Amino acid sequence: MSKPISVRKTLTINRPVAELYRFWHNFEALPHFMKHLKEVKVYDDKRSHWITSGPLDSTIEWDAEIIEDRDNELIAWRSVAGADVDHSGVVRFRPTPNDRGTEVNVVTEYNPPAGAIGDAIAKLFGESPDQQLGDDLRRFKMLMETGEIATTEGQPKGHS
Amino acid sequence: MKAVCWEGTNKVQVETVPDPKIINPRDAIVKITSTAICGSDLHLYDGYNPTMKPGDILGHEFMGEIVELGSAFKNGNVHNNGKSLAVGDRVVVPFTISCGSCFFCNRDLWSLCDNSNPNAWMAEQMMGHSPSGLFGYSHLTGGYAGGQAEYARVPFADVGLFKIPNGLSDDQVLFFTDIFPTGYMAAENCDIQSGDTVAIWGCGPVGQFAIRSAFMLGAGRVIAIDRVPERLQMAKDGGAEVLNYEEIEVGEALSEMTGGLGPDSVMDAVGMEAHGMGLEGFYDKAKQAVRLETDRPNVLRQAIVACRKGGTVSVPGVYTGFVDKMPMGAFMNKGLTMKTGQTHVHRYLQTLLDHVQNGNIDPSFVITHRLPLEQAPHGYEIFKHKKDNCIKIVLKPGQTV
Repeated sequence: MSKPISVRKTLTINRPVAELYRFWHNFEALPHFMKHLKEVKVYDDKRSHWITSGPLDSTIEWDAEIIEDRDNELIAWRSVAGADVDHSGVVRFRPTPNDRGTEVNVVTEYNPPAGAIGDAIAKLFGESPDQQLGDDLRRFKMLMETGEIATTEGQPKGHS
Repeated sequence: MKAVCWEGTNKVQVETVPDPKIINPRDAIVKITSTAICGSDLHLYDGYNPTMKPGDILGHEFMGEIVELGSAFKNGNVHNNGKSLAVGDRVVVPFTISCGSCFFCNRDLWSLCDNSNPNAWMAEQMMGHSPSGLFGYSHLTGGYAGGQAEYARVPFADVGLFKIPNGLSDDQVLFFTDIFPTGYMAAENCDIQSGDTVAIWGCGPVGQFAIRSAFMLGAGRVIAIDRVPERLQMAKDGGAEVLNYEEIEVGEALSEMTGGLGPDSVMDAVGMEAHGMGLEGFYDKAKQAVRLETDRPNVLRQAIVACRKGGTVSVPGVYTGFVDKMPMGAFMNKGLTMKTGQTHVHRYLQTLLDHVQNGNIDPSFVITHRLPLEQAPHGYEIFKHKKDNCIKIVLKPGQTV
């Protein structure tokens, strides 16, 4: 039996609330900074389809819906009833009191089902879900603050 | 291209590796004309950084010519402090990688940039927070390929690259990349009041620049401490009084030379591989060997005890992990202040260029060896063992053996 995985992270991003809220609200842009998310297709104001990469080139897919949306404040979503993956998340945006930009707080939760998909998800998120969310949020910050995501992928190295 | 790769403890090798290419929009590719070996490279060579991987390209003191710019430059989205960058520009590359738009860059704290270390999580696990990415300096600070090579990719080139005016040689400006600003910031961190006495442990290249910077910032006396004769001589040439710690008890000598008061500020320009004397040195070496202690803080201990009450301790020397037996009682009861950090290189570039152009200093004084890039392995050996009076090596890519 897999246990629910719940993680939360907060990071301060040196950009205005409205800009961050707007970028995140376009779910189709999330794969830019969420490493395991391959694609999000938005159906309408509420519903979207999420595809993540799983182990061994597999993919895991589910439908999600926005369950709460407050302008420039928060966006909450969860997988629809009956989806293979029981996932929910909420991102909150709050201006810092001292003009340092925006505090972004993310909480995500997965309830992996029993069986193969459950195992795959547990594997995908189980090793260090905390670090994965932290890295995703850091990439969001890099993208918003600098327009790109720092990386060394593709640089030269020696043979040994 | 040819590049100097770290292969393991005490082993570097010049390998043929793929040329770097533009990866991000704000990248530049620089064709390297001069690149130096830094004392901090020896910490990697000596195997004190556990996040090095075989094949990593070393080097963080390099300069050259821009041969390619990323897409952001074509769109005109980026500005180099109001100056545009173009292919063909001659530039120096700060060893710290900084985005220019985060909380820290906005406050002139460039080496603390939030956005340039893709492996920030590693540093966060050890230190709580991550410093900026660095060139050629282990995966803890990003794993960026370094500049002991024919070419290098420079991220956030619009923020980092510093154009060099005509009429200055590579030798005069190469050290803007690290050791000159590092020595200068270390002296600034001493909070020097006019006429102050500053004691500096370590007469390597950073110590040498710190001596000269301390005078530029108003010090009346600089006392420099080392054991290598040619380094002590170079310190003397820079105006310092010198102490050889193998011949003299440094604490007593400093007290004697300052009328019992102690130096107004003290500087540890040695860092984590300090050579301890006697039982204390043995204790640290033994603990470090079994990894109970990662860094040997002999100099830091001595400096804290020697410093006058209410004085300042400046630490440009590199530490990566933990030290033992810090004389915290002395530090607290004497009301000392400690200032440290990787260098905020970008903050000092214009100031140092002005000093060079005004003739206040010619940074090339520190160079003792110029070698073709292919001879880097030999360079590391003589630098590590201080053979052949080696103090500073400049490698020249493209030069034949």
